[in-house]
Amino acid sequence: MNKFEYASPTTKEQAVAMLGKAWGETEILAGGTDLLSLMKDFVATPQRIVNIKGIKELSSLQILRDGSARIGALVTIDQLLEATRKSHPALSQAAAGIASPQIRNMGTVAGDLCQRPRCWYYRAGFGLLARNDAGQALVPSGDNRYHAILGNKGPALFVNPSSLAPALIALAAKVQIFGPDGAREVEVEKFFVAPQSSADREYALKSNELVTGISIPKSTGLLSATYEVRQREVLDWPLAAASVAIKLDAAKKVTSARIALGHVAPTPWVATEAASTLIGKTISEESAVAAGKLATAGAQPLSHNAYKVQLTQVAVKRALLAAAGISA
Amino acid sequence: MSSSDERRDEAEKPVVSRRNFLKGTGVAGVALTIPLAPGAEAQAGVAGVTVIGPERSKITLNVNGTPRALEVEPRVTLLDALRNDLDVTGAKRVCDRATCGACSVILDGKLVYGCSVLAIEAQGRKIETVESLASNGQLHPVQKAFVDNDAQQCGFCTPGFVMACKSLLDHHPEPSADDIRLGLGGNLCRCGTYVGIKAAVAQAATEMKKTRTKGGRRNG
Repeated sequence: MNKFEYASPTTKEQAVAMLGKAWGETEILAGGTDLLSLMKDFVATPQRIVNIKGIKELSSLQILRDGSARIGALVTIDQLLEATRKSHPALSQAAAGIASPQIRNMGTVAGDLCQRPRCWYYRAGFGLLARNDAGQALVPSGDNRYHAILGNKGPALFVNPSSLAPALIALAAKVQIFGPDGAREVEVEKFFVAPQSSADREYALKSNELVTGISIPKSTGLLSATYEVRQREVLDWPLAAASVAIKLDAAKKVTSARIALGHVAPTPWVATEAASTLIGKTISEESAVAAGKLATAGAQPLSHNAYKVQLTQVAVKRALLAAAGISA
Repeated sequence: MSSSDERRDEAEKPVVSRRNFLKGTGVAGVALTIPLAPGAEAQAGVAGVTVIGPERSKITLNVNGTPRALEVEPRVTLLDALRNDLDVTGAKRVCDRATCGACSVILDGKLVYGCSVLAIEAQGRKIETVESLASNGQLHPVQKAFVDNDAQQCGFCTPGFVMACKSLLDHHPEPSADDIRLGLGGNLCRCGTYVGIKAAVAQAATEMKKTRTKGGRRNG
Protein backbone atom coordinates (compact mmCIF):
# COMPACT_ATOMS: atom_id res chain seq x y z
CA MET A 1 0.00 0.00 0.00
CA ASN A 2 1.32 3.45 -0.88
CA LYS A 3 1.51 6.17 1.74
CA PHE A 4 -1.40 8.57 1.94
CA GLU A 5 -2.70 11.36 4.08
CA TYR A 6 -5.81 10.67 6.07
CA ALA A 7 -8.59 13.20 6.56
CA SER A 8 -11.53 12.81 8.91
CA PRO A 9 -14.23 15.37 8.10
CA THR A 10 -17.32 15.57 10.28
CA THR A 11 -19.69 17.18 7.78
CA LYS A 12 -20.51 16.32 4.19
CA GLU A 13 -19.52 19.81 3.10
CA GLN A 14 -16.04 19.28 4.55
CA ALA A 15 -15.81 15.82 2.98
CA VAL A 16 -16.64 17.10 -0.49
CA ALA A 17 -14.10 19.90 -0.15
CA MET A 18 -11.43 17.31 0.69
CA LEU A 19 -12.14 15.21 -2.40
CA GLY A 20 -10.03 15.43 -5.56
CA LYS A 21 -10.84 17.10 -8.86
CA ALA A 22 -9.85 13.92 -10.72
CA TRP A 23 -10.55 10.27 -10.01
CA GLY A 24 -7.81 8.40 -8.22
CA GLU A 25 -6.20 11.28 -6.33
CA THR A 26 -8.44 10.79 -3.36
CA GLU A 27 -10.63 7.90 -2.28
CA ILE A 28 -13.52 7.76 0.14
CA LEU A 29 -13.16 5.34 3.05
CA ALA A 30 -16.29 3.90 4.64
CA GLY A 31 -16.26 0.18 5.50
CA GLY A 32 -12.88 -0.24 3.85
CA THR A 33 -13.45 -3.86 2.86
CA ASP A 34 -12.89 -3.14 -0.82
CA LEU A 35 -10.72 -0.02 -0.78
CA LEU A 36 -7.96 -1.39 1.44
CA SER A 37 -7.64 -4.52 -0.68
CA LEU A 38 -7.42 -2.41 -3.85
CA MET A 39 -4.72 -0.28 -2.25
CA LYS A 40 -2.74 -3.29 -1.08
CA ASP A 41 -2.70 -4.48 -4.68
CA PHE A 42 -1.76 -0.99 -5.96
CA VAL A 43 -4.91 -0.93 -8.08
CA ALA A 44 -5.96 2.13 -6.09
CA THR A 45 -3.13 4.54 -5.28
CA PRO A 46 -4.73 7.61 -3.71
CA GLN A 47 -2.66 10.30 -2.08
CA ARG A 48 -5.46 11.12 0.29
CA ILE A 49 -8.10 9.05 2.02
CA VAL A 50 -11.23 10.81 3.19
CA ASN A 51 -12.76 8.80 6.02
CA ILE A 52 -16.46 9.69 6.09
CA LYS A 53 -17.35 7.65 9.18
CA GLY A 54 -17.23 10.78 11.32
CA ILE A 55 -20.19 12.28 9.44
CA LYS A 56 -22.98 11.32 11.81
CA GLU A 57 -25.95 12.11 9.55
CA LEU A 58 -24.81 9.44 7.06
CA SER A 59 -25.59 6.68 9.55
CA SER A 60 -29.30 7.37 9.87
CA LEU A 61 -31.86 4.76 8.93
CA GLN A 62 -35.57 5.51 8.69
CA ILE A 63 -38.26 3.18 7.46
CA LEU A 64 -41.86 4.37 7.59
CA ARG A 65 -44.96 2.22 7.79
CA ASP A 66 -45.78 2.78 4.11
CA GLY A 67 -42.42 1.29 3.18
CA SER A 68 -40.80 4.57 2.24
CA ALA A 69 -37.29 4.65 3.56
CA ARG A 70 -34.20 6.78 3.85
CA ILE A 71 -31.04 4.73 4.29
CA GLY A 72 -27.85 6.60 5.14
CA ALA A 73 -24.68 5.83 3.18
CA LEU A 74 -22.94 4.46 6.28
CA VAL A 75 -25.69 2.08 7.36
CA THR A 76 -23.95 -1.29 7.54
CA ILE A 77 -25.09 -4.29 5.53
CA ASP A 78 -25.94 -6.06 8.78
CA GLN A 79 -28.12 -3.16 9.96
CA LEU A 80 -29.87 -3.08 6.59
CA LEU A 81 -30.43 -6.84 6.64
CA GLU A 82 -32.18 -6.66 10.01
CA ALA A 83 -34.10 -3.43 9.41
CA THR A 84 -35.62 -4.41 6.06
CA ARG A 85 -36.44 -8.04 6.81
CA LYS A 86 -40.19 -7.36 6.93
CA SER A 87 -40.51 -4.11 5.00
CA HIS A 88 -38.38 -4.87 1.92
CA PRO A 89 -37.64 -8.61 1.62
CA ALA A 90 -35.78 -8.18 -1.70
CA LEU A 91 -33.32 -5.82 -0.04
CA SER A 92 -32.89 -7.89 3.11
CA GLN A 93 -32.37 -11.06 1.09
CA ALA A 94 -29.76 -9.32 -1.08
CA ALA A 95 -27.99 -8.08 2.06
CA ALA A 96 -28.01 -11.58 3.55
CA GLY A 97 -26.18 -12.82 0.47
CA ILE A 98 -23.28 -10.44 0.99
CA ALA A 99 -20.05 -12.23 1.89
CA SER A 100 -19.67 -12.98 5.60
CA PRO A 101 -20.63 -11.71 9.06
CA GLN A 102 -17.39 -9.72 9.19
CA ILE A 103 -18.08 -8.01 5.86
CA ARG A 104 -21.70 -7.32 6.80
CA ASN A 105 -20.54 -5.73 10.06
CA MET A 106 -18.01 -3.52 8.29
CA GLY A 107 -19.42 -2.93 4.81
CA THR A 108 -21.83 -0.09 4.11
CA VAL A 109 -24.76 0.47 1.78
CA ALA A 110 -22.90 3.11 -0.25
CA GLY A 111 -19.83 0.90 -0.28
CA ASP A 112 -21.81 -1.94 -1.80
CA LEU A 113 -22.95 0.39 -4.59
CA CYS A 114 -19.52 1.94 -5.17
CA GLN A 115 -17.29 -1.13 -4.81
CA ARG A 116 -15.12 -1.66 -7.86
CA PRO A 117 -15.64 -4.61 -10.23
CA ARG A 118 -14.36 -8.02 -9.21
CA CYS A 119 -13.07 -8.80 -12.73
CA TRP A 120 -9.81 -10.64 -12.12
CA TYR A 121 -8.03 -8.79 -14.91
CA TYR A 122 -8.91 -5.47 -13.31
CA ARG A 123 -7.85 -6.69 -9.87
CA ALA A 124 -4.56 -7.99 -11.28
CA GLY A 125 -3.64 -4.59 -12.64
CA PHE A 126 -4.76 -4.68 -16.27
CA GLY A 127 -7.07 -1.72 -15.87
CA LEU A 128 -10.83 -1.39 -15.71
CA LEU A 129 -11.22 -2.46 -19.34
CA ALA A 130 -8.70 -5.32 -19.02
CA ARG A 131 -6.23 -4.47 -21.79
CA ASN A 132 -2.73 -5.78 -22.39
CA ASP A 133 0.27 -3.58 -23.23
CA ALA A 134 -0.75 -3.49 -26.89
CA GLY A 135 -4.21 -2.29 -25.93
CA GLN A 136 -5.91 -5.56 -26.82
CA ALA A 137 -8.86 -6.65 -24.74
CA LEU A 138 -8.01 -9.68 -22.61
CA VAL A 139 -11.49 -10.80 -21.65
CA PRO A 140 -12.90 -12.04 -25.01
CA SER A 141 -10.10 -14.56 -25.55
CA GLY A 142 -9.34 -15.10 -21.87
CA ASP A 143 -11.06 -16.65 -18.88
CA ASN A 144 -14.40 -14.92 -18.99
CA ARG A 145 -16.50 -17.40 -17.07
CA TYR A 146 -17.75 -14.73 -14.65
CA HIS A 147 -18.03 -11.87 -17.13
CA ALA A 148 -21.00 -10.18 -18.77
CA ILE A 149 -23.63 -11.93 -20.87
CA LEU A 150 -25.72 -8.80 -21.37
CA GLY A 151 -24.73 -5.25 -22.26
CA ASN A 152 -21.35 -6.51 -23.39
CA LYS A 153 -21.03 -4.84 -26.77
CA GLY A 154 -18.99 -1.93 -25.38
CA PRO A 155 -15.45 -2.05 -24.03
CA ALA A 156 -16.55 -2.97 -20.49
CA LEU A 157 -17.04 -6.70 -20.01
CA PHE A 158 -16.93 -6.99 -16.22
CA VAL A 159 -20.13 -7.45 -14.23
CA ASN A 160 -21.40 -4.93 -11.73
CA PRO A 161 -20.63 -6.42 -8.32
CA SER A 162 -23.33 -4.71 -6.25
CA SER A 163 -25.68 -7.05 -4.41
CA LEU A 164 -28.06 -4.31 -3.32
CA ALA A 165 -28.45 -2.45 -6.62
CA PRO A 166 -30.85 -4.91 -8.31
CA ALA A 167 -33.08 -4.93 -5.23
CA LEU A 168 -32.99 -1.13 -5.00
CA ILE A 169 -33.88 -0.85 -8.70
CA ALA A 170 -36.80 -3.24 -8.24
CA LEU A 171 -37.96 -0.98 -5.39
CA ALA A 172 -37.57 2.15 -7.58
CA ALA A 173 -35.04 3.64 -5.17
CA LYS A 174 -32.89 6.71 -5.74
CA VAL A 175 -29.29 7.44 -4.82
CA GLN A 176 -28.79 10.67 -2.91
CA ILE A 177 -25.63 12.49 -3.85
CA PHE A 178 -23.91 15.53 -2.38
CA GLY A 179 -21.30 17.61 -4.19
CA PRO A 180 -19.85 21.11 -4.37
CA ASP A 181 -23.08 22.26 -6.09
CA GLY A 182 -25.32 20.80 -3.42
CA ALA A 183 -27.54 17.75 -3.24
CA ARG A 184 -29.05 15.77 -6.11
CA GLU A 185 -30.87 12.49 -6.56
CA VAL A 186 -30.60 9.94 -9.33
CA GLU A 187 -32.53 6.72 -9.95
CA VAL A 188 -30.42 3.73 -8.97
CA GLU A 189 -30.56 2.34 -12.54
CA LYS A 190 -29.18 5.61 -13.88
CA PHE A 191 -26.47 5.76 -11.22
CA PHE A 192 -24.57 2.96 -12.94
CA VAL A 193 -22.87 3.41 -16.31
CA ALA A 194 -20.70 1.18 -18.46
CA PRO A 195 -17.34 2.97 -18.68
CA GLN A 196 -15.88 3.76 -22.10
CA SER A 197 -12.31 4.27 -20.88
CA SER A 198 -10.24 2.86 -18.03
CA ALA A 199 -10.08 6.30 -16.46
CA ASP A 200 -13.89 6.34 -16.07
CA ARG A 201 -15.82 4.97 -13.15
CA GLU A 202 -18.78 2.65 -13.24
CA TYR A 203 -21.13 5.17 -11.69
CA ALA A 204 -22.50 8.57 -12.55
CA LEU A 205 -20.67 10.35 -9.78
CA LYS A 206 -18.09 13.10 -10.07
CA SER A 207 -14.79 12.61 -8.29
CA ASN A 208 -15.73 15.27 -5.74
CA GLU A 209 -19.21 13.97 -5.03
CA LEU A 210 -20.32 11.74 -2.22
CA VAL A 211 -23.15 9.22 -1.98
CA THR A 212 -25.06 10.29 1.12
CA GLY A 213 -27.82 7.71 1.09
CA ILE A 214 -30.66 5.92 -0.61
CA SER A 215 -34.32 6.85 -0.71
CA ILE A 216 -37.03 4.29 -1.32
CA PRO A 217 -40.54 5.44 -2.29
CA LYS A 218 -43.59 4.09 -0.49
CA SER A 219 -44.16 0.46 -1.28
CA THR A 220 -47.55 -0.38 0.19
CA GLY A 221 -48.74 -3.70 -1.21
CA LEU A 222 -45.47 -4.39 -2.99
CA LEU A 223 -44.22 -7.98 -2.92
CA SER A 224 -40.50 -8.28 -3.44
CA ALA A 225 -37.81 -10.93 -3.44
CA THR A 226 -34.21 -11.54 -4.47
CA TYR A 227 -32.83 -14.85 -5.65
CA GLU A 228 -29.10 -15.39 -6.11
CA VAL A 229 -27.60 -18.38 -7.87
CA ARG A 230 -24.31 -19.07 -6.14
CA GLN A 231 -21.43 -21.46 -6.20
CA ARG A 232 -20.75 -20.93 -2.51
CA GLU A 233 -23.27 -19.93 0.12
CA VAL A 234 -20.96 -17.35 1.64
CA LEU A 235 -17.81 -15.31 0.99
CA ASP A 236 -18.41 -14.97 -2.72
CA TRP A 237 -20.43 -13.01 -5.19
CA PRO A 238 -23.42 -14.64 -6.88
CA LEU A 239 -23.01 -16.01 -10.41
CA ALA A 240 -26.34 -14.44 -11.31
CA ALA A 241 -29.06 -12.73 -9.32
CA ALA A 242 -32.52 -11.32 -9.84
CA SER A 243 -34.58 -8.95 -7.72
CA VAL A 244 -38.26 -8.46 -8.39
CA ALA A 245 -41.03 -6.28 -6.99
CA ILE A 246 -44.62 -6.91 -8.02
CA LYS A 247 -48.12 -5.79 -7.12
CA LEU A 248 -51.09 -8.11 -7.38
CA ASP A 249 -54.78 -7.25 -7.53
CA ALA A 250 -57.55 -9.09 -5.69
CA ALA A 251 -57.58 -11.76 -8.41
CA LYS A 252 -53.81 -12.23 -7.92
CA LYS A 253 -53.14 -10.72 -11.31
CA VAL A 254 -49.99 -8.64 -11.67
CA THR A 255 -50.70 -4.91 -11.84
CA SER A 256 -47.08 -3.72 -11.77
CA ALA A 257 -43.72 -5.40 -11.95
CA ARG A 258 -40.05 -4.47 -11.89
CA ILE A 259 -37.24 -6.94 -12.48
CA ALA A 260 -33.53 -6.18 -12.18
CA LEU A 261 -30.63 -8.56 -12.73
CA GLY A 262 -27.28 -8.58 -11.00
CA HIS A 263 -23.86 -9.95 -11.99
CA VAL A 264 -24.76 -10.34 -15.65
CA ALA A 265 -23.77 -6.99 -17.20
CA PRO A 266 -21.40 -4.06 -16.58
CA THR A 267 -24.35 -2.35 -14.89
CA PRO A 268 -27.27 -3.80 -12.96
CA TRP A 269 -29.60 -4.90 -15.76
CA VAL A 270 -33.21 -3.73 -15.88
CA ALA A 271 -35.40 -6.35 -17.55
CA THR A 272 -38.19 -4.06 -18.70
CA GLU A 273 -39.81 -6.33 -21.24
CA ALA A 274 -39.79 -9.36 -18.95
CA ALA A 275 -41.53 -7.28 -16.30
CA SER A 276 -44.17 -5.77 -18.60
CA THR A 277 -45.13 -9.15 -20.03
CA LEU A 278 -46.29 -10.18 -16.56
CA ILE A 279 -48.93 -7.45 -16.35
CA GLY A 280 -52.41 -8.93 -16.20
CA LYS A 281 -51.13 -12.44 -15.59
CA THR A 282 -50.93 -14.47 -12.41
CA ILE A 283 -47.51 -15.56 -11.18
CA SER A 284 -47.09 -19.23 -11.90
CA GLU A 285 -44.26 -21.55 -12.78
CA GLU A 286 -45.19 -20.99 -16.43
CA SER A 287 -45.34 -17.18 -16.39
CA ALA A 288 -42.18 -17.01 -14.24
CA VAL A 289 -40.25 -19.23 -16.65
CA ALA A 290 -41.44 -17.09 -19.56
CA ALA A 291 -40.30 -13.93 -17.80
CA GLY A 292 -36.88 -15.47 -17.16
CA LYS A 293 -36.51 -16.32 -20.82
CA LEU A 294 -37.50 -12.80 -21.88
CA ALA A 295 -35.08 -11.28 -19.37
CA THR A 296 -32.17 -13.00 -21.10
CA ALA A 297 -33.50 -12.74 -24.65
CA GLY A 298 -30.77 -10.33 -25.68
CA ALA A 299 -27.94 -12.23 -24.00
CA GLN A 300 -24.78 -12.70 -26.02
CA PRO A 301 -22.50 -14.89 -23.93
CA LEU A 302 -18.73 -14.75 -24.27
CA SER A 303 -16.66 -17.88 -24.93
CA HIS A 304 -16.96 -19.37 -21.42
CA ASN A 305 -20.10 -18.01 -19.80
CA ALA A 306 -23.11 -19.30 -21.72
CA TYR A 307 -24.05 -21.19 -18.55
CA LYS A 308 -24.97 -17.87 -16.94
CA VAL A 309 -27.96 -17.47 -19.29
CA GLN A 310 -29.66 -20.48 -17.74
CA LEU A 311 -28.70 -19.38 -14.21
CA THR A 312 -30.18 -15.95 -14.82
CA GLN A 313 -33.44 -17.41 -16.06
CA VAL A 314 -33.64 -19.55 -12.94
CA ALA A 315 -32.90 -16.54 -10.74
CA VAL A 316 -35.78 -14.58 -12.32
CA LYS A 317 -38.17 -17.50 -12.03
CA ARG A 318 -37.36 -18.23 -8.40
CA ALA A 319 -37.43 -14.57 -7.38
CA LEU A 320 -40.88 -14.15 -8.94
CA LEU A 321 -42.23 -17.30 -7.29
CA ALA A 322 -40.76 -16.26 -3.94
CA ALA A 323 -42.25 -12.76 -4.19
CA ALA A 324 -45.67 -14.24 -4.94
CA GLY A 325 -45.30 -16.67 -2.04
CA ILE A 326 -45.28 -19.76 -4.24
CA SER A 327 -42.74 -22.38 -3.24
CA ALA A 328 -40.63 -23.46 -6.20
CA MET B 1 9.88 -4.26 14.49
CA SER B 2 7.89 -1.09 14.14
CA SER B 3 9.31 -0.27 10.74
CA SER B 4 7.89 -3.46 9.30
CA ASP B 5 5.43 -1.53 7.20
CA GLU B 6 8.08 -0.11 4.87
CA ARG B 7 10.00 -3.37 4.69
CA ARG B 8 6.94 -5.33 3.87
CA ASP B 9 5.80 -2.83 1.35
CA GLU B 10 8.93 -3.31 -0.72
CA ALA B 11 8.59 -7.06 -0.59
CA GLU B 12 4.96 -7.00 -1.60
CA LYS B 13 4.94 -4.75 -4.58
CA PRO B 14 3.16 -6.92 -7.10
CA VAL B 15 5.03 -8.05 -10.17
CA VAL B 16 2.10 -7.81 -12.55
CA SER B 17 0.37 -4.64 -11.65
CA ARG B 18 3.54 -2.67 -11.15
CA ARG B 19 4.88 -3.60 -14.52
CA ASN B 20 3.05 -1.57 -17.07
CA PHE B 21 -0.15 -0.87 -15.35
CA LEU B 22 0.94 2.50 -14.08
CA LYS B 23 2.30 3.37 -17.48
CA GLY B 24 -0.85 2.12 -19.21
CA THR B 25 -3.42 3.89 -17.13
CA GLY B 26 -2.59 7.52 -17.07
CA VAL B 27 -4.52 8.39 -13.97
CA ALA B 28 -2.77 6.17 -11.48
CA GLY B 29 0.63 6.74 -13.06
CA VAL B 30 0.35 10.47 -12.95
CA ALA B 31 -1.19 10.53 -9.54
CA LEU B 32 1.96 9.02 -8.10
CA THR B 33 4.25 11.71 -9.37
CA ILE B 34 2.35 14.96 -9.05
CA PRO B 35 1.68 16.63 -5.75
CA LEU B 36 -1.88 16.76 -4.52
CA ALA B 37 -4.30 18.63 -6.71
CA PRO B 38 -3.88 22.35 -6.78
CA GLY B 39 -7.47 22.40 -5.61
CA ALA B 40 -5.75 23.86 -2.58
CA GLU B 41 -8.12 26.76 -2.46
CA ALA B 42 -10.91 24.34 -1.64
CA GLN B 43 -8.80 22.50 0.90
CA ALA B 44 -7.61 25.67 2.53
CA GLY B 45 -11.24 26.41 3.31
CA VAL B 46 -11.79 23.09 5.00
CA ALA B 47 -11.61 24.27 8.55
CA GLY B 48 -11.93 21.81 11.36
CA VAL B 49 -10.83 18.78 9.37
CA THR B 50 -8.03 16.80 10.94
CA VAL B 51 -5.50 15.59 8.38
CA ILE B 52 -2.96 13.02 9.51
CA GLY B 53 0.05 11.55 7.71
CA PRO B 54 1.35 10.35 5.38
CA GLU B 55 4.11 10.04 7.98
CA ARG B 56 3.75 8.43 11.39
CA SER B 57 1.62 9.86 14.08
CA LYS B 58 0.94 8.92 17.68
CA ILE B 59 -2.24 7.01 18.38
CA THR B 60 -3.69 5.08 21.29
CA LEU B 61 -5.54 1.82 20.88
CA ASN B 62 -7.69 0.19 23.53
CA VAL B 63 -6.58 -3.43 23.20
CA ASN B 64 -8.17 -6.00 25.49
CA GLY B 65 -8.99 -3.35 28.05
CA THR B 66 -5.56 -1.72 28.10
CA PRO B 67 -4.71 1.59 26.39
CA ARG B 68 -1.65 1.06 24.21
CA ALA B 69 0.29 3.95 22.69
CA LEU B 70 2.02 3.54 19.34
CA GLU B 71 3.18 5.47 16.30
CA VAL B 72 1.92 4.42 12.91
CA GLU B 73 1.48 5.69 9.38
CA PRO B 74 -2.15 5.99 8.31
CA ARG B 75 -1.67 3.04 5.94
CA VAL B 76 -0.97 0.55 8.74
CA THR B 77 -3.85 -1.83 9.33
CA LEU B 78 -5.18 -2.70 12.75
CA LEU B 79 -3.93 -6.25 12.21
CA ASP B 80 -0.37 -5.12 11.47
CA ALA B 81 -0.38 -2.63 14.33
CA LEU B 82 -1.45 -5.35 16.75
CA ARG B 83 1.09 -7.88 15.51
CA ASN B 84 4.07 -5.74 14.58
CA ASP B 85 3.86 -2.78 16.92
CA LEU B 86 2.07 -4.15 19.99
CA ASP B 87 3.22 -7.78 19.87
CA VAL B 88 -0.38 -8.96 20.15
CA THR B 89 0.01 -11.81 17.69
CA GLY B 90 -3.13 -13.88 18.19
CA ALA B 91 -4.83 -12.49 15.09
CA LYS B 92 -3.06 -13.95 12.07
CA ARG B 93 -2.15 -12.43 8.72
CA VAL B 94 -3.10 -14.84 5.96
CA CYS B 95 -4.94 -13.44 2.93
CA ASP B 96 -4.78 -9.81 4.06
CA ARG B 97 -7.75 -9.18 1.74
CA ALA B 98 -10.89 -9.55 3.91
CA THR B 99 -11.46 -13.10 2.77
CA CYS B 100 -10.03 -15.77 5.10
CA GLY B 101 -10.97 -14.65 8.62
CA ALA B 102 -7.64 -15.50 10.30
CA CYS B 103 -7.35 -11.86 11.42
CA SER B 104 -10.84 -11.72 12.98
CA VAL B 105 -11.09 -9.47 16.02
CA ILE B 106 -14.05 -7.93 17.82
CA LEU B 107 -14.34 -4.17 17.46
CA ASP B 108 -16.96 -2.46 19.63
CA GLY B 109 -18.75 -5.80 19.98
CA LYS B 110 -18.79 -6.55 16.24
CA LEU B 111 -16.70 -9.18 14.51
CA VAL B 112 -14.46 -7.60 11.86
CA TYR B 113 -11.44 -8.42 9.72
CA GLY B 114 -8.43 -6.74 11.36
CA CYS B 115 -6.68 -6.62 7.98
CA SER B 116 -9.31 -4.28 6.57
CA VAL B 117 -9.52 -1.68 9.31
CA LEU B 118 -6.85 1.02 9.49
CA ALA B 119 -5.20 1.25 12.90
CA ILE B 120 -6.01 4.96 13.11
CA GLU B 121 -9.69 4.20 12.51
CA ALA B 122 -9.72 1.93 15.53
CA GLN B 123 -8.84 4.72 17.97
CA GLY B 124 -11.42 5.19 20.68
CA ARG B 125 -12.94 1.79 19.98
CA LYS B 126 -12.86 -1.36 22.07
CA ILE B 127 -10.59 -3.95 20.45
CA GLU B 128 -10.84 -7.56 21.63
CA THR B 129 -8.45 -10.24 20.41
CA VAL B 130 -8.14 -13.90 21.26
CA GLU B 131 -5.66 -12.94 24.01
CA SER B 132 -8.53 -11.46 26.02
CA LEU B 133 -10.47 -14.69 26.40
CA ALA B 134 -8.63 -16.79 28.97
CA SER B 135 -8.62 -15.38 32.47
CA ASN B 136 -6.88 -16.53 35.66
CA GLY B 137 -5.46 -19.52 33.85
CA GLN B 138 -8.94 -20.65 32.82
CA LEU B 139 -9.74 -21.08 29.15
CA HIS B 140 -12.89 -19.43 27.82
CA PRO B 141 -15.61 -22.03 27.10
CA VAL B 142 -15.06 -21.53 23.37
CA GLN B 143 -11.33 -22.21 23.72
CA LYS B 144 -11.95 -25.24 25.92
CA ALA B 145 -14.47 -26.57 23.42
CA PHE B 146 -11.89 -26.25 20.62
CA VAL B 147 -9.44 -28.32 22.69
CA ASP B 148 -12.05 -30.91 23.67
CA ASN B 149 -13.31 -31.37 20.13
CA ASP B 150 -9.95 -31.36 18.38
CA ALA B 151 -11.16 -28.38 16.40
CA GLN B 152 -7.81 -27.54 14.87
CA GLN B 153 -5.07 -29.18 12.87
CA CYS B 154 -2.31 -26.75 11.96
CA GLY B 155 -4.00 -24.17 14.18
CA PHE B 156 -3.25 -21.10 12.11
CA CYS B 157 -6.90 -20.21 11.49
CA THR B 158 -7.85 -21.07 15.08
CA PRO B 159 -7.60 -17.65 16.80
CA GLY B 160 -9.83 -16.15 14.10
CA PHE B 161 -12.29 -19.02 14.36
CA VAL B 162 -12.37 -18.76 18.15
CA MET B 163 -13.22 -15.05 17.91
CA ALA B 164 -15.85 -15.74 15.24
CA CYS B 165 -17.39 -18.45 17.47
CA LYS B 166 -17.39 -16.13 20.47
CA SER B 167 -19.09 -13.40 18.45
CA LEU B 168 -21.61 -15.90 17.06
CA LEU B 169 -22.52 -17.11 20.56
CA ASP B 170 -22.67 -13.58 21.95
CA HIS B 171 -25.30 -12.76 19.32
CA HIS B 172 -26.97 -16.20 19.00
CA PRO B 173 -26.68 -17.93 22.40
CA GLU B 174 -28.57 -20.95 21.09
CA PRO B 175 -27.48 -21.27 17.48
CA SER B 176 -29.14 -23.63 15.03
CA ALA B 177 -27.01 -25.72 12.68
CA ASP B 178 -27.65 -23.09 9.99
CA ASP B 179 -26.68 -20.26 12.35
CA ILE B 180 -23.36 -22.02 12.98
CA ARG B 181 -22.72 -22.73 9.30
CA LEU B 182 -23.52 -19.21 8.12
CA GLY B 183 -22.22 -17.45 11.22
CA LEU B 184 -18.77 -18.92 10.70
CA GLY B 185 -18.94 -18.39 6.95
CA GLY B 186 -16.35 -15.63 7.07
CA ASN B 187 -13.56 -17.92 8.23
CA LEU B 188 -11.68 -20.53 6.26
CA CYS B 189 -9.79 -23.59 7.55
CA ARG B 190 -7.60 -25.07 4.85
CA CYS B 191 -7.02 -28.22 6.91
CA GLY B 192 -10.78 -28.70 6.76
CA THR B 193 -11.48 -29.13 10.45
CA TYR B 194 -15.03 -27.86 10.11
CA VAL B 195 -16.62 -30.91 11.73
CA GLY B 196 -14.60 -30.36 14.92
CA ILE B 197 -15.35 -26.64 14.87
CA LYS B 198 -19.10 -27.19 14.58
CA ALA B 199 -18.96 -29.63 17.50
CA ALA B 200 -16.95 -27.09 19.49
CA VAL B 201 -19.54 -24.35 18.93
CA ALA B 202 -22.32 -26.67 20.07
CA GLN B 203 -20.39 -27.59 23.23
CA ALA B 204 -19.47 -23.98 23.97
CA ALA B 205 -23.10 -22.90 23.55
CA THR B 206 -24.20 -25.49 26.11
CA GLU B 207 -21.42 -24.56 28.54
CA MET B 208 -22.08 -20.84 28.26
CA LYS B 209 -25.79 -21.39 28.81
CA LYS B 210 -25.05 -23.33 32.02
CA THR B 211 -22.88 -20.50 33.29
CA ARG B 212 -25.63 -17.99 32.56
CA THR B 213 -28.40 -19.99 34.21
CA LYS B 214 -26.23 -20.54 37.28
CA GLY B 215 -26.32 -16.79 37.64
CA GLY B 216 -22.61 -16.64 37.10
CA ARG B 217 -20.80 -14.04 35.07
CA ARG B 218 -21.83 -14.22 31.44
CA ASN B 219 -18.73 -15.43 29.70
CA GLY B 220 -17.60 -12.89 27.21
